[in-house]
Amino acid sequence: MVMGEFTQESELLVVGGGPGGYAAAFRAADLGWDVTLVERDPKPGGVCLHRGCIPSKSLLHLSEIMADAEHAASMGVTFSKPSIDLERIREWKNAVNDRLADGLLDLCEKRGVQYIQGRAVFESSDQCRLLESEVSRIKFKHAILCTGSRPSSLPHVKFREESRVMDSTLALNLQDIPESLLVVGAGYVALEMGSVYAALGSKVTLIVHRDRMVRAADPDLTVPLKRKLEEVFHSIHYNTKVASVKEQKDSVEVTMEGEIEPSKQLFERILVAVGRDPNSNDLGLENTRVKINKRGYVQVDEQQRTTDPKIFAVGDVVGGYMLAHKAMHEGKVAAEVIAGQPSAFDVRAIPAIVYTNPQIAWCGLTEEQARSEGRPIKVTRFPWKFSGRALSMDAPQGLTKMIFDPDTQRILGVGVVGRQSEGLIAEAVLALEMGALAEDVALSIHAHPTLSETEGEVAEIFLGRSTHVLPKKGPGQSSAD
Amino acid sequence: MARDFKLPDLGEGIHEGDILSVLVKVGDKIEEGQPILEIETDKATVEIPSPYTGTVENIAVNPGDVVQVGDVLMTFSVEGEREAPSEPAEEPRKAKAPPEPAEQAEEAEAPPEPAEKPEAVKVEREPEASEAAPSKKEGEAPSRREGPIPASPSTRRLARELGVDLHRVSPSGTGGRVSAEEVKAFAEQPKEAARAGEEAPTPKAPPSEKAAPSPPADWSKWGPVERQQLRSVRRATARQMSLAWSKIPHVGSQEIVDITKLEAFRKKHKDEIEAHGGRLTLTVLALKATVAALKKFPRFNASLDEETQEIVLKQYYHIGVAVDTKDGLLVPVVRDVDRKSITELSVELNEIGERTRDRKVSMEELKGGSFTITNIGPLGGTAFAPIINYPEVAILGLARARWQPEIVGDVESGEYVVEPRLMLPLMMSFDHRVLDGADAERFLLEIVSVLEDPDRFLMVI
Repeated sequence: MVMGEFTQESELLVVGGGPGGYAAAFRAADLGWDVTLVERDPKPGGVCLHRGCIPSKSLLHLSEIMADAEHAASMGVTFSKPSIDLERIREWKNAVNDRLADGLLDLCEKRGVQYIQGRAVFESSDQCRLLESEVSRIKFKHAILCTGSRPSSLPHVKFREESRVMDSTLALNLQDIPESLLVVGAGYVALEMGSVYAALGSKVTLIVHRDRMVRAADPDLTVPLKRKLEEVFHSIHYNTKVASVKEQKDSVEVTMEGEIEPSKQLFERILVAVGRDPNSNDLGLENTRVKINKRGYVQVDEQQRTTDPKIFAVGDVVGGYMLAHKAMHEGKVAAEVIAGQPSAFDVRAIPAIVYTNPQIAWCGLTEEQARSEGRPIKVTRFPWKFSGRALSMDAPQGLTKMIFDPDTQRILGVGVVGRQSEGLIAEAVLALEMGALAEDVALSIHAHPTLSETEGEVAEIFLGRSTHVLPKKGPGQSSAD
Repeated sequence: MARDFKLPDLGEGIHEGDILSVLVKVGDKIEEGQPILEIETDKATVEIPSPYTGTVENIAVNPGDVVQVGDVLMTFSVEGEREAPSEPAEEPRKAKAPPEPAEQAEEAEAPPEPAEKPEAVKVEREPEASEAAPSKKEGEAPSRREGPIPASPSTRRLARELGVDLHRVSPSGTGGRVSAEEVKAFAEQPKEAARAGEEAPTPKAPPSEKAAPSPPADWSKWGPVERQQLRSVRRATARQMSLAWSKIPHVGSQEIVDITKLEAFRKKHKDEIEAHGGRLTLTVLALKATVAALKKFPRFNASLDEETQEIVLKQYYHIGVAVDTKDGLLVPVVRDVDRKSITELSVELNEIGERTRDRKVSMEELKGGSFTITNIGPLGGTAFAPIINYPEVAILGLARARWQPEIVGDVESGEYVVEPRLMLPLMMSFDHRVLDGADAERFLLEIVSVLEDPDRFLMVI
């Protein structure tokens, strides 16, 4: 043993302090376990808090305010163009992060969870070496892997801080507002961050690899967003990708292939948001019995157990929906299973949200999935141009739709596009988890005038007794279709 | 995006078939309509065409598999999309695609497009609490429903805690929803005997002994009776023997072996073994002879896996030895008989026998055997028909060795004598699903040849 080496013992070692990690750690501690949480950042929170969910939503809030202010002119209130203090924006954004991170640290302390900043590398199924840390080794009875994921890069381009090629992390740092920004990607990160930069003044060019943005959602939900982004962005090009990138002093020369002319263009910066890769490669997992598939995701069962009986895994590193709330629920399952409870991750609906303007949110079965499974469904839609609340907010570009099982009338999936979709999807998730039928939602009173009314209306349309929309023939058909 | 291809309805009321051949391999590019599988049903061999144009990402079946309508057979990535499919479920009968397909287009971003979910270890996402044996109770509807059962999260959790499989609960709620009350009621039903048995080796229930409840038996009307509650070893034995008898078609096979020389050998070495703290008994020698025969005929050292329709040959030799205790019959297991010397076995068998009689043997020590020997000889008996220690496939019984006049030599040629020889009756019961009479005879003859000649004994143990 080397002089000065310090080995600690802990009942439960949680590797990674993001939403999956801290949720698991807190639950385990509440169940009476002795927990050590190891994280590379000085404070817990992970990508979600420091480099993802939270800061992006802070910036999107500002974008929304600016967009609303500009739009108010058409309704009789005109604001002058806003002046942007980037320094202050960064300060405020970081203050939000810090406040939450400090809150998490406080919770660690109050719950007796030992927080160690360091990098864990497994030496065996019951021992980890800690690098860049005061504690050099931890022996544990159980471990939970919550190491998350990192932005994928383009094959030929690495992300570096000084570089003009940004990933989401660098983009959130708001180093400057580039005059021209190429955004590569088709999912929520590309669209959200592109929207933020556009709101701050950049001329944004979006290139999408295939023929549609947000491909996991049904096309009818993405149409209103597409229309809005066509106004907000300088241009959007589909079936286009980056062939090569040449960095110069004040710009990047990008050569692209696809539906874009000219194919070689100069941009001040590029934002690459093409996906995320699991952080499973430098953890020393080869010294354990944990199995990783060829894409780098850790294999787990529905109790979050890996193939190593002592080690569990949750969150982005196991794949599936790479979302913070999925990680948090999995983290709790892992903690409960370790504590001997019969928990399992058997959810029926995981909501997904795109926080653009308009927002998109959905959960459960999509029409496309149903089609590919050959599963019979009935779809009912309520366009927001019929919603009093939507009109009073001047936000009629929206749609609420539900997918039903034609025999049992059970709700199988829900999709919403429009303002505040993030809030509307909560009812849908509960309905799906409870196995609700159209009747259950239709008979529940939805307050008037709210956007949530649209959810009640959709169910009523399905049952042929909608108030605000003419029923056509029988359940499932309406003039609103 | 990846597409799972499930076995479509084959028509004519056919709901399952055997995979005859797989006509493509992973990575092949195929056209819609191109034949990809051949399936044999009760009526005919059917060629299954591909429903998609694309690339074969994964093949979930092998020739010989039995598949049901709805089972995932293959997964394709449809033209233009190169991405990983929902990771293949294992065998068709266990396959259930999760409600949220795990796919990731090349450029997809984390949410909302879910990245691939490694499925190899992950089984269903639906709330099946356990793979409960689908035994049908009399007069009830089919006991298993398909697909995710609608139930609130708290009800699903309750089901997990109580070990209830939601698929087996008959719901009364609208649209098939199961309530917490129904789960609790289901859990409180009396469990079928063998399902709860510690000694019942598999989770499968035997054919239910509880048919329509009959009126309580009353023998006292014929005379005075005394009732003794079935408990402990007696109850376990009753359960285990019913199970073994009902499951296994038993056939008996007998031999007689001349152990005159073996007995001399045993007497010669008996004291030296006693000095080591063991007892050199016939059972010890029989253990070794049995293992010699098991090595030569491995199918006697096996179990029948009815689920997978496989004979599982054990590559270890753990022999159970029946011990008569004051509480009943217990069968402690001597492990790795092939690796222990006669001395070691003499010590171990003696020790474990004593501990068993003192009821100081652990549950673990009564499990995990691959074959069983039962020796009634010390008490007497000329022959008996032992019941196989399910889920083993054969059992060897020894009765009492007796001195008998035997013909030694060749009668035909006239060169023979009649001598007293020590003759040991051997009885074997075997599982006719796995073994046949000829196998049994050969096995017994091997044991006979080993026991009747100590030189041969030494060579094979």
